[in-house]
Amino acid sequence: MKLTYRDAVRDALREALRADPRVILVGVDIGAYGGTYAATRGLLAELGPERVRDAPLAESAFVGAGVGAALGGLKPIVEIMTVNFSLLALDQIVNGAATLRHMSGGQLEVPLVIRMATGAGRQLAAQHSHSFENWFAHVPGLRVVAPATVADARGMLATALRERDPVVIFEHVQLYGIEDDIEPAPVDLDRAAVRRVGTDATIVTYGGSLPRALAAADLLAAAGTSAEVIDLRTLRPLDTETVLASVARTHRAVIVDEGWRTGSLAGEVAAIIGERAFWSLDAPVGRVCSAEVPMPYAKHLELAALPSAEAIVAAVTAVLHA
Amino acid sequence: MIPSREQALGMLRAMVRVRRLEERCAEDYAAAKIRGFLHLYIGQEAIAAGVLPALGAADSVVATYREHGHALLRGLPARAIMAEMYGRSGGCSRGRGGSMHLFSREHRFFGGHGIVGAGLPVAIGLALADKLLGTRGVTCVFFGEGASAEGEFHESLNLASLWRLPVLFVCENNLYAMGTALARSEAEPEIHKKAAVHRIGSEVVDGMDVAAVTEAASQAIDRVRETGAPWFLECLAYRFRAHSMFDPELYRDRSEVETWRTRDPITQLVSRMAGAIMPEDIAAIEAEAAAEIADACAFADASPLEPVEDLLLDVRAP
Repeated sequence: MKLTYRDAVRDALREALRADPRVILVGVDIGAYGGTYAATRGLLAELGPERVRDAPLAESAFVGAGVGAALGGLKPIVEIMTVNFSLLALDQIVNGAATLRHMSGGQLEVPLVIRMATGAGRQLAAQHSHSFENWFAHVPGLRVVAPATVADARGMLATALRERDPVVIFEHVQLYGIEDDIEPAPVDLDRAAVRRVGTDATIVTYGGSLPRALAAADLLAAAGTSAEVIDLRTLRPLDTETVLASVARTHRAVIVDEGWRTGSLAGEVAAIIGERAFWSLDAPVGRVCSAEVPMPYAKHLELAALPSAEAIVAAVTAVLHA
Repeated sequence: MIPSREQALGMLRAMVRVRRLEERCAEDYAAAKIRGFLHLYIGQEAIAAGVLPALGAADSVVATYREHGHALLRGLPARAIMAEMYGRSGGCSRGRGGSMHLFSREHRFFGGHGIVGAGLPVAIGLALADKLLGTRGVTCVFFGEGASAEGEFHESLNLASLWRLPVLFVCENNLYAMGTALARSEAEPEIHKKAAVHRIGSEVVDGMDVAAVTEAASQAIDRVRETGAPWFLECLAYRFRAHSMFDPELYRDRSEVETWRTRDPITQLVSRMAGAIMPEDIAAIEAEAAAEIADACAFADASPLEPVEDLLLDVRAP
């Protein structure tokens, strides 16, 4: 079935709403407007305003309401327009949703799914373009996933809804338009995926950087280098085994991460490789991250700030010749 | 309202249980058996004693970090509360929460929240669940007047009113947000007026008068259950003790505290009900409370520590 990523998200939401009356959607402009990225278009008409619930601009309150609704027996799916706005609700996610099971000695459960758009590439400047996936991946109690393909956008939600604890789903804004021919199927949230098999170097990435990593692998292949591309899919907990098994075969690794380099997920993956695969490395681990600057508006500056296929090729070439 | 003898004895019993439990907590803190923050409720007992008995078992409660009394009067056993204070496995949160984070799923007591204002959105969600699941449950959320400076307060009142949710907001106005006097933090010090701008009805009640709180709370809870709409109860009260055990109380005069102590909710009730509440009633209630607390502390003392091997339990479902 040919689907866009946006269609896949919508189909997954519709399926979840139809399958379980306890599932509700909450978010800003998800109903009458149809979703900022049109991912929820049509759902209000089909399922009504009680279950497709437009919220006022009150991120902390409607995310916290999601926490409470989950405690009260519903299965809320809360949409936050972008990760930048999620910072207004960070208290409810980090101090609340993530802690309640432990802080209550295991009594409380918060089966809450939070979806949000992330990433740059649409010239939205420094308050609508950042990637804070690593902030959430830092927090025990959360599961953090980043569907990078149409199939994962379609299949991850159902798996996330089976969890008894909070799951944060990051949808990269550059991915909504991609298209693929897929059969809807559940997705295993515990495993990373090898998106391209290769022998000379491992490129580890996630989310919106996957298409760039695959483009870089094409360029490298044309130059005679076989790069393996791993899509982490789940950013917490990390599937370290898949990464380490690949590095054990290729002996070289480059991590591509749209977050800023300092304190990044790329740094975490590099540390894991350094701790557990040091003796199988033939070169220092490379990283391609966003430039350490608030995202600028002008197109050429935005592109210069982001990881590019060319930068990935250069980083892989560097570890091959180290 | 003038309570009957039986009602008055129930109110007195509730307040004495909370008062004596917390006095013991202060002693145990001095003896280093309890650590971390410890926020005592002493002086404000009439609020929890007036509101909690008016709720049903299917209703939900959300409270703050000053919640020992709310937990006890919601029905959490004193044993589970004291063991939590001691950081033991027999504690209601198995030693993971401490004084600020008492929880009981069984009693629908949803915390124990340490971030000012953060319990309000959670209460909105609990009420939304009740509404959509058709349970007729009421969610009662307690918070101090300091929370009304938080954005979450206004966001939550707006949502409760906009979505017409069965929430009873109980503002415990004790005049100080930690050390900041109300007049120094609020341009509008009459907190209930903030409910009005969100089109939520409200009542102001003397929070040192347990009979008045009981009457106002019962009516408010009935109203919320009948209408499905939120209501706001502002209880004017005073905290006799410091904000926490680390507070030298530089921000208020001893004389102010002493003046308020003349309105102690326990002695007020006893003197008002003189003739109905007899000295032997008081002695019996005190003895019961003392026995309950002694038993709770003995249980907590005997309760084992959580094994360190279990450190990582209950971060996610197994």
